[in-house]
Amino acid sequence: MNNKLSIPDERVKEMSTFRNSLIRPELGGIIGTIVVFIIFIILASDSGMFSSQGVLNWSIVSAQFMIIAVGACLLMIAGEFDLSVGSMIGFAGMLIAIFGVTFGWPMWMAILLTFAICIAIGALNGFICIRTGLPSFIVTLAFLFILRGFTIFLPQTIERKTIIGGIREAAEGDWLGAVFGEKLFMGFFQYLGDLGIISVFSRGTRAGEPVVNGIPMLIVWALILVAFGHILLTKTRFGNWIFASGGDAEAARNSGVPVNKVKILMFMFTAFCATVFATCQVMEFGSAGADRGLLKEFEAIIAVVIGGALLTGGYGSVIGAALGALIFGVVQQGLFFAGVESSLFRVFLGLILLGAVILNTYIRRLITGER
Amino acid sequence: MNSQATITPIIEMRNIRKHYGPVIALAGVSIKIYPGECHCLLGDNGAGKSTFIKAMSGVVKPTQGEIIVNGEQKFFNNPRDAMQAGIATVHQHLAMIPLMSVSRNFFLGNEPTKKIAGIQFYDRKHADSKTMEAMSKMGINLRGPDQAVGTLSGGERQTVAISRAVHFGARVLILDEPTSALGVRQTSNVLATIDKVRNEGVAVVFITHNVRHALAVGDRFTVLNRGQTHGTAMRGDITPEDLQNLMAGGQELATLEGSLGGTV
Repeated sequence: MNNKLSIPDERVKEMSTFRNSLIRPELGGIIGTIVVFIIFIILASDSGMFSSQGVLNWSIVSAQFMIIAVGACLLMIAGEFDLSVGSMIGFAGMLIAIFGVTFGWPMWMAILLTFAICIAIGALNGFICIRTGLPSFIVTLAFLFILRGFTIFLPQTIERKTIIGGIREAAEGDWLGAVFGEKLFMGFFQYLGDLGIISVFSRGTRAGEPVVNGIPMLIVWALILVAFGHILLTKTRFGNWIFASGGDAEAARNSGVPVNKVKILMFMFTAFCATVFATCQVMEFGSAGADRGLLKEFEAIIAVVIGGALLTGGYGSVIGAALGALIFGVVQQGLFFAGVESSLFRVFLGLILLGAVILNTYIRRLITGER
Repeated sequence: MNSQATITPIIEMRNIRKHYGPVIALAGVSIKIYPGECHCLLGDNGAGKSTFIKAMSGVVKPTQGEIIVNGEQKFFNNPRDAMQAGIATVHQHLAMIPLMSVSRNFFLGNEPTKKIAGIQFYDRKHADSKTMEAMSKMGINLRGPDQAVGTLSGGERQTVAISRAVHFGARVLILDEPTSALGVRQTSNVLATIDKVRNEGVAVVFITHNVRHALAVGDRFTVLNRGQTHGTAMRGDITPEDLQNLMAGGQELATLEGSLGGTV
């Protein structure tokens, strides 16, 4: 009997390494990225999409998506959703403006306090989901409205307007403001401009300066968060717990995984990512508006799904989500560069989402051997 | 019986009662489990089997009664306490996470870590090699340690779960209906696995309502009915028909008590 057991099952086909390497959550994201770049190199290469400003343009948009996609990805793998991400972005930006401009507090204090409040709201989201056992879909949908409501109510009550400006001035010289609003490697970009590798301004007060004069912190944050999320998910024991919590919460609990803690921490991380997004945005724009972040929650989820995560949790990849965000950003800006009617972006988005979900389902069946 | 009377039971449950509000799930159940034996816990649906093993594995706290592990009274506040005392449970359907690899499942909750630059990382190499080792010991051929558990058969999943529990130092293994959803061949694989771990000195508590499966591997048999035990019988002292009748509700209890040999 025991000897029989050790004979490989003759009904299981040997799988080639190639086929095995295909079965990865990132597969859809990798294919999609290649396809999208080929399309736009053909369609829009003469429109400046791949010049230094063009690259920076879609890199910034992609980086924005990446920041919220990392949080949404880990949360989705842990088996939950957060629909309040978009409202959280608006709310966090507004808090920074109110604390830093209206109240005139130092910017670092305004930012830190905003982070604390938003992460606490994320924890509350998670706590309610865990305690009531309600789907996070409903709980965070409630917070979508609650936070958006406050984002409109607070500035109207305090300042009688829905946009608060003057943030850049208030953040001038502030160390924490710089962490979100500064640019890196400005000297290097000046050097590239001097060499004529990247374009420089030819007229005006900034003549001689490169058009792209550094890498915005937004992109740096995106890369840091992607690296952090990827390492956390695949290289640590906590990552194992994230997969397990989303894969089967009950089985994970039976194995001694603190599922509730994992889920609440992921809600908090999602809130953290939304606040990073918001802080970079208000630093860039210099103002906070009540309508900021609209629909961002869905864009984050779409990026994550394109990146190969399962909506039901337990499976996915941060790298995939980052590629999903890249596809998203390149397509959105690329259609603009290619001169395509911008409303078609939504059509394209719907199609790519549908294609990604179908591909993911197929890949999952390959992995689990379901039929 | 005499030989085992001198050995201390690895775990003893004394007069366990559990009330859920007005419902009496367990009305004073006692059981002794010895190392290296397979103790079958039989009972029909609603007999209190699940509640009983939940009390044993720390998932619920008994309303009354004592749990004695190796002669020492223990109070389990949560499953972790029970696991620390060497009591592991392999659940009916919830043993494994299908989308995760065998090695990640194997080490779930006990992930090996290594320190790189002061940060604890998951030691994947160690986990993979240990998993392959344990699996080949149990006679399961894996394509690789990263094969998803979802591709394994139900019997193989149970075997992975059992060997995982034993690997992490379980001395009492509670198997909650491991064979209830399995085919003939898979069932025999699981029963063979039970036999293997029993020979390693692990006590196996085998919950089932299938008398044939119980008789195939069991050393002792305890029947639960309506929250009460009808006694423990040794292998050979009881016929399949008796067991079946006991489980069904003790219509012939008086005659059966005789056949249990006064161990009631």
